Amino acid sequence: MTAIQTKIKIEKPLDSRVIINDFSITVGTANGSGSQTSNLTLLRSLFKMGIPVSGKNLFPSNIQGLPTWYTIRVSKDGFLARREEHEIVVAMNPGSFIEDLAGVQPGGVFIYANDINLPIDREDIVIYPMAVQELVQESDAPSSLKNYVANMVYVGVLAQLLGIELERIYQALDFHFKSKQKPIELNFSIVKSAAKWAELNLEKRDPYRVEAMDETHDLIMADGNTAAALGSIYGGVNFAAWYPITPATSLVEGLEEYLPMLRKDPQTGKNTYAIVQAEDELAAIGMAIGAGWAGLRSMTSTSGPGLSLMTEFAGLAYYSEVPLVIWDIQRVGPSTGLPTRTSQGDLSMVNYLGHGDTQNVILLPGSVNECFEFGWKAFDLAERLQWPIYVLSDLDFGMNHWMTEPFKYPNTHMDRGKVLWEDDIEQLSGKWARYKDVDGDGIPYRTIPGNQHPASAWFARGTGHDENAIYTEDAGEYERNMMRLKKKYDTAKSMVPKPIIDVKQDANIGIIAYGSTLPAVQEARHHMAEKGLQTDFLRLRAVPFTQEVTDFIYDHERSYVIEMNRDGQLHQLLSLEYAPVCAKLTSVAHLDGLPMTARFIQDRIEQEEEKRK
Amino acid sequence: MTNQTKKARGKLNLVGLSKTDYKGMPTTLCQGCGHNSISSQIIAACYELDIKPETIIKFSGIGCSSKSPAYFLGRSFGFNGLHGRMPSLATGAMFGDHHQIGIGTSGDGDTASIGMGQFKHIMRRNLPLLYIVENNGVYGLTKGQFSATAETGLFLKGHGTNQYMPVDIAWEAVVGNATFVARSFAGDPKQVKELLKAALSHNGIAILDIISPCVTFNNTDASMHSYAWGREHEVALHELSYVPPREDILVEYEEGEVLDVTMHDGSSVVLKKLERDYDPTNRSRAIQLLEEANRKNWLITGLIYIDTNQPSLFDLYDLPETPLNRLAEDQMRPEPGTLDQVNAMMF
Repeated sequence: MTAIQTKIKIEKPLDSRVIINDFSITVGTANGSGSQTSNLTLLRSLFKMGIPVSGKNLFPSNIQGLPTWYTIRVSKDGFLARREEHEIVVAMNPGSFIEDLAGVQPGGVFIYANDINLPIDREDIVIYPMAVQELVQESDAPSSLKNYVANMVYVGVLAQLLGIELERIYQALDFHFKSKQKPIELNFSIVKSAAKWAELNLEKRDPYRVEAMDETHDLIMADGNTAAALGSIYGGVNFAAWYPITPATSLVEGLEEYLPMLRKDPQTGKNTYAIVQAEDELAAIGMAIGAGWAGLRSMTSTSGPGLSLMTEFAGLAYYSEVPLVIWDIQRVGPSTGLPTRTSQGDLSMVNYLGHGDTQNVILLPGSVNECFEFGWKAFDLAERLQWPIYVLSDLDFGMNHWMTEPFKYPNTHMDRGKVLWEDDIEQLSGKWARYKDVDGDGIPYRTIPGNQHPASAWFARGTGHDENAIYTEDAGEYERNMMRLKKKYDTAKSMVPKPIIDVKQDANIGIIAYGSTLPAVQEARHHMAEKGLQTDFLRLRAVPFTQEVTDFIYDHERSYVIEMNRDGQLHQLLSLEYAPVCAKLTSVAHLDGLPMTARFIQDRIEQEEEKRK
Repeated sequence: MTNQTKKARGKLNLVGLSKTDYKGMPTTLCQGCGHNSISSQIIAACYELDIKPETIIKFSGIGCSSKSPAYFLGRSFGFNGLHGRMPSLATGAMFGDHHQIGIGTSGDGDTASIGMGQFKHIMRRNLPLLYIVENNGVYGLTKGQFSATAETGLFLKGHGTNQYMPVDIAWEAVVGNATFVARSFAGDPKQVKELLKAALSHNGIAILDIISPCVTFNNTDASMHSYAWGREHEVALHELSYVPPREDILVEYEEGEVLDVTMHDGSSVVLKKLERDYDPTNRSRAIQLLEEANRKNWLITGLIYIDTNQPSLFDLYDLPETPLNRLAEDQMRPEPGTLDQVNAMMF
């Protein structure tokens, strides 16, 4: 090992600072080179050291070859939003080398594969080469895997430079390879030899260190799509139809992975579920609607372009009142847009999805844990309201690994809604009407195909219908039915998850946000409070807006509405709903397809506040 | 119910229902429309097969044909969905209770134009469903435009002469891996009824392409979807009769005169030879036949292709005997203890 010499050695005086558990690492690799294993190994080892950590994959829409980045934030204070500053940059890809080098924070660290022969012209950072090729050649990895294990070199080098415990790395590899000894040993041996090599060849000249903490032991690490899949399984999903689309695909893959384990009938061993991969999104939602109509807990998952295709069926489900759950893992639009970047750009579309007068019920999970919770709750709401329930997640939640509270078992029984079976119809002497508002809440009773009572059947349709579901173009019938649907939407306000509100003393400024921007909002609020700007925070969890939202807006002198899209879509919806006081609302919208940063929120709010002085 | 009212309802079948119990709302289609004739045969077939209407689910898309499920089986659930999307709706819905019987009613626009994709994919999945295409070569509800099955050279008022090649639905079905493909003619109600019965006994997708003339927009003698043309050009492949399960075939035939196809439920379809030998279990023969029929302007009717050995969609899913839509909460929500395991499986 010692025989290997580094090609370039740039000396820089020792940095006297010591920075522990508070920095970002960004790794630039080529897509498809297997770097995800290395990056997750780093993330998981840090997590198992008890240090708050987040990891975000910034990847291209490509299978192999294009530059891809992974950024890990280590934060002793528990701030887990993406940062634009990269203290430590690892460059494995010649294609992004120059960009990667330029992106290092002054005073930061640049670690690169020493087979990349490109000029390094920065004096303000610490530079470490890595003998990647030599280490890989020396390893006993089969030649077909050499390129993949090359990425383990930086895991070992970072472990040595930062002080990541090797046993934690082993733990992470053991998890990743599901305890399969061969790949674990192969990868771990590269990590060990790279760490050893770094110990012998690299003189530590930077201030960054990690130290074990005790901040994560009661947390798990999971991605939002897996959480959503598991939540759906505990919500009793019977049927899922889908079509592959980034970034929603892994949600149904989660169903495929966990349903066979969790949902065999205890008595018969038979499947209590069915999954159909449809020929397109139209068919996917068509099947899901059919199943929901037939009394199944039915779902589909997709992203913006898929929802565009599903729009016609969405209108049918709204008007014929069919329960189903539609997950939208948002990516950047319009059109094909940026398929592998994150966004909150579908809110307006989903709110009105369908032509004519439609208003949809939307759930907005704000953590991976909430993806699980809304996974099961969405079915209760769908069956109670007899409507599609849209759950808006995004790529950042869906595909990145987050530390989160363990999933909690549903704390209420399933709500199957107003369903009449044979005995119920018999008790009513066969007298019932599918679209009659019996209870005054706008929600009618329904029967389900398979019901054997001679008076149970009705004819569902997307055409105009009367209370008995019979075709009509009668003006009065049409209007009555549409007004009942509006009443049902009002009823939904009492059923959807209420916002989470955090109020500080003396704050007269509000922040309204939802979804994956939560960590950035929390961090921005912390920094602003340190500078004397106290803010209250409403984390929205559903549309329609509940009374709490109304009160929050009226109770604050002004509120900033934070979101990730160009037009400030939530700001627009709130402005319409609260038109008399819409001047109280200011949009802070972030557009570039990357996860929200605290800096962006803080800068924008401070600028706005400055204008008012 | 008193004996008197029972009498008034007419003869009861084995499930104690009269034919009236199988009827729907009064039709709003044109008088003489082929679709009404098909609706009557659906009513007759289900009555004669002693099927409880509550065990049937009806599906349709958009168009005149798709309105017709309102006019038969009023005691059956039904879903009149979107244009060209009946197959997906039916696929999902049939998972609710896979013991139910599905009847889909579509048209040539609904199936061969906007719905071609879903039509093709429901066949690959072999969903147990009687899929009727009421084929009249024209759009009726939008008042007389060409459909994809309109023959080249057809003249329609206001639209001139059709320049495009037609889609042959039976052909698409045979090459699309459908396991039951038949063609009939609304002007031949006896055959329609026997084919409906056979199709309802099939464990898989049964495509029934029925030439069903549009008396308002496409019924001139020269039109290949008219009554006159059908009567003139119908070439029946065989005389077809359906024999229910456990019922003996009473009529005696000469050897070589009949072909007997045993269906999944133990019933059989007896095909009495007419002018030619035809074996509907041979797919390449079916393709040849359709080629020949196109060339010679025959309206070939009868059972064109059948494969009773393919597993149906539900045979692939290992579903419990209890319908999925009647499972209890404890069969749908895993035990609390399992979530601890799941959390332990996360990192």
